[in-house]
Amino acid sequence: MKPLSTLKEGDRGIIVAINNNGALRRRLLEMGFLKGTEIYVEKYAPLQDPMELILKGYHVSLRVEEAEQVMVEPVSEET
Amino acid sequence: MASPSITIALAGNPNSGKTTIFNNLTGARQKVGNWPGVTVEKKEGTVNFKGHTIKVVDLPGTYSLTAYSVEERVARDFILNSNPDVVVDILDASNLERNLYLATQLIEMGVNLILVLNMADVARSRGIDIDAELLSQLLGVPVVFTVGKLNEGTQELLEKVIEVAGQKKDNEKTIYVTYGKEIEEELGKINEEIVKARPDLGSHYTRWLSVKLLENDPLAIKEVKSWSNGGDAVLDATRKSREHLEEIYHEDPEILITEQRYGFIQGACREAIKTSTQQKIDISQKIDLVLTNRLFGFPIFIFFIWAMFQLTFTLGEYPMNWIDSMMSVIQGLASNILPSGLIKDLIVDGILAGVGSVIIFLPNILILFFCIALLEDTGYMARAAFLMDRIMHWIGLHGKSFIPMLIGFGCNVPAIMATRTLESERDRILTILINPLMSCSARLPVYVLIAGTFFAGKAGTVIFSIYLLGIVLAILTAQLFSKTILKGMSMPFVMELPPYRVPTFKSLMIHMWDRGVIFLKKMGGVILVGSVIIWVLGTFPRNPGIFEKYAKEKHQISSIYAEKLSQASTEADKTALKKEMEKAIEELNIRANQERMAQTFLGRIGKVVEPVLKPLGFDWRIGIALLSGFVAKEVVVSTMGVIYSGGSQEKTGEKSLKKALKAEKFDAAKAYAFMAFVLIYTPCLATVAAIRREIGTKWMIFNVVYSLTLAWIVAWTIYHIGQFIA
Repeated sequence: MKPLSTLKEGDRGIIVAINNNGALRRRLLEMGFLKGTEIYVEKYAPLQDPMELILKGYHVSLRVEEAEQVMVEPVSEET
Repeated sequence: MASPSITIALAGNPNSGKTTIFNNLTGARQKVGNWPGVTVEKKEGTVNFKGHTIKVVDLPGTYSLTAYSVEERVARDFILNSNPDVVVDILDASNLERNLYLATQLIEMGVNLILVLNMADVARSRGIDIDAELLSQLLGVPVVFTVGKLNEGTQELLEKVIEVAGQKKDNEKTIYVTYGKEIEEELGKINEEIVKARPDLGSHYTRWLSVKLLENDPLAIKEVKSWSNGGDAVLDATRKSREHLEEIYHEDPEILITEQRYGFIQGACREAIKTSTQQKIDISQKIDLVLTNRLFGFPIFIFFIWAMFQLTFTLGEYPMNWIDSMMSVIQGLASNILPSGLIKDLIVDGILAGVGSVIIFLPNILILFFCIALLEDTGYMARAAFLMDRIMHWIGLHGKSFIPMLIGFGCNVPAIMATRTLESERDRILTILINPLMSCSARLPVYVLIAGTFFAGKAGTVIFSIYLLGIVLAILTAQLFSKTILKGMSMPFVMELPPYRVPTFKSLMIHMWDRGVIFLKKMGGVILVGSVIIWVLGTFPRNPGIFEKYAKEKHQISSIYAEKLSQASTEADKTALKKEMEKAIEELNIRANQERMAQTFLGRIGKVVEPVLKPLGFDWRIGIALLSGFVAKEVVVSTMGVIYSGGSQEKTGEKSLKKALKAEKFDAAKAYAFMAFVLIYTPCLATVAAIRREIGTKWMIFNVVYSLTLAWIVAWTIYHIGQFIA
């Protein structure tokens, strides 16, 4: 288990927890960042922040400081 | 005869194509305004269909209906309080799961709901096959397909609206999200207390309220607290239920509820949607490989911005010049036709000049908003924010604030209107408040005059430093405000990057036209009235005595020199005398003008504020120039021309103004302090009107007071440091 912000471009992870109790958590939940959801790191912005993610078939960007609070279980590429 | 009237509300996620559907429904019959008390845009329109007049209200695009953002509150309040006959939820069919989250909440509110699966073509091309009938059955809500950009399905939607509006809501048919045994039990307990306290409420509403209370929703809690009796029991039951659930699941009930909603959605999607195995070709992703590329992303972005600036301010200059010459023709005509006197002066110098100062902005605004609509509708705006957020976040702003800030260097009025692309109210307010510190093009003539006079040879560097000063102050102000008055309003960044889309021409035109109308209607009046007021202040009270007195003096000078000239023997003496006479008359004119100005209201105000300006080294004449600069900052130059070099600028030219300024006790420190003051002090009338229109009177007053205070402090500091060095 590690923060989403530690994943690299092209990595995948499954959401385990969101370590935040405020507006960020609510926003993430309603955008579909639920436990068990798979996330793909599409890319980081040219200045390394924010990052672009794909989940549930759509693209979303998160600041690195926000992604730090999303804990994921990395998925190893088997396919 | 009143035709049957139906009100529908359009709800939906951002980027679901809601605006396109709204445009398809209402065409150009739209009214754009603000929701009462907040800075969120409200759009309304009407459509006549089969004998029904349907009023369409466009709710803000939201992902949810919690109480935590202004947009969501506005949408929720409208649905709850205004009771629209039908709520139409627009969903992006190619991204159904997340879009249905809002739908589950609307279902829960017990409204007459229609689900519109928009962008059906995109979904199909991605191999997503939706069984509408099954989905409709599973959710207990009618479903309609549309393709907004091709205007497909609009008729079917209207038919459905009329059908649904005519029906009584069938309570039996409502399919609620079921939250599982434990949560349902607790909801039952809360519901029971609510019914006990308020037997008058409908069963939909009590169910919805129970869920909201369990979610710890502040607005729901506030409402229950306001009940005259029984409210405490309800809150007590809620607290117990929340504690009980937290004990079992070790998780906040609001998370459990969200998870259950998504579980319900996933169940429905699994049955009603088939995604073919065919690999989807994501063109959008490919475009992004270039547009947000590590190497090319920024250069391309800078190019787009450059192109937008060129279009707006370079191409826009042609129609601006036409308007300008058209206005001078009209002014010329009016002054020829009208008999000399006050009425003529009022019409030509007051009203017509005021009208001119309003419509001169129109080309800029139309072109700029066409470009902005293009950036937004294609989806590039989100990428621009993605690129710039790192830098803007450091200042305390959102990535999307960059474009309004940049436009500010051209003109603050469209820049402030462009902050509508920002989703959070806090970011909008902050971006607007610091925008006037971006030195607009109208301030440049002032710098050119002053820097050219007092910093000859290094004027370019000095002017650049003034721009830089503005940027530095904007950054400091942003950081100050986000740590004080706007503290705690910060919203998470979490921003969807919608797929790139080809915008419809109609939507671009409507967007552009909207801004033009807002500008002319809401701001034009204010600017016009303001210009007339400043004209009146600068003209009255009139004192014909002054003119007579100086006419006499002038006559005396002429006759004295006429005598001297007749006695002069050589040609050289004559030219020297002529020069002397001209100089004497010029000085006389200056004195005449100054005396006249001093007697007007403007002059008197200038004298009144003089003690305040004294510590900055400014006298009442600079006070007048600054006051008149409130109409438009470039007016500072022409007013100084009138005050210092006597007569209008055209006649005497900038050279004599420069000479006159040099003759004054202006030194470098004072000159620089003056430029800084012009940069910072209260923005021009059009900008102030734009601020008021976007974020209200309270913030407008705040901005005016803040900018005056800041201008004074900065100018004072510069003046005194300058004097110390000297």
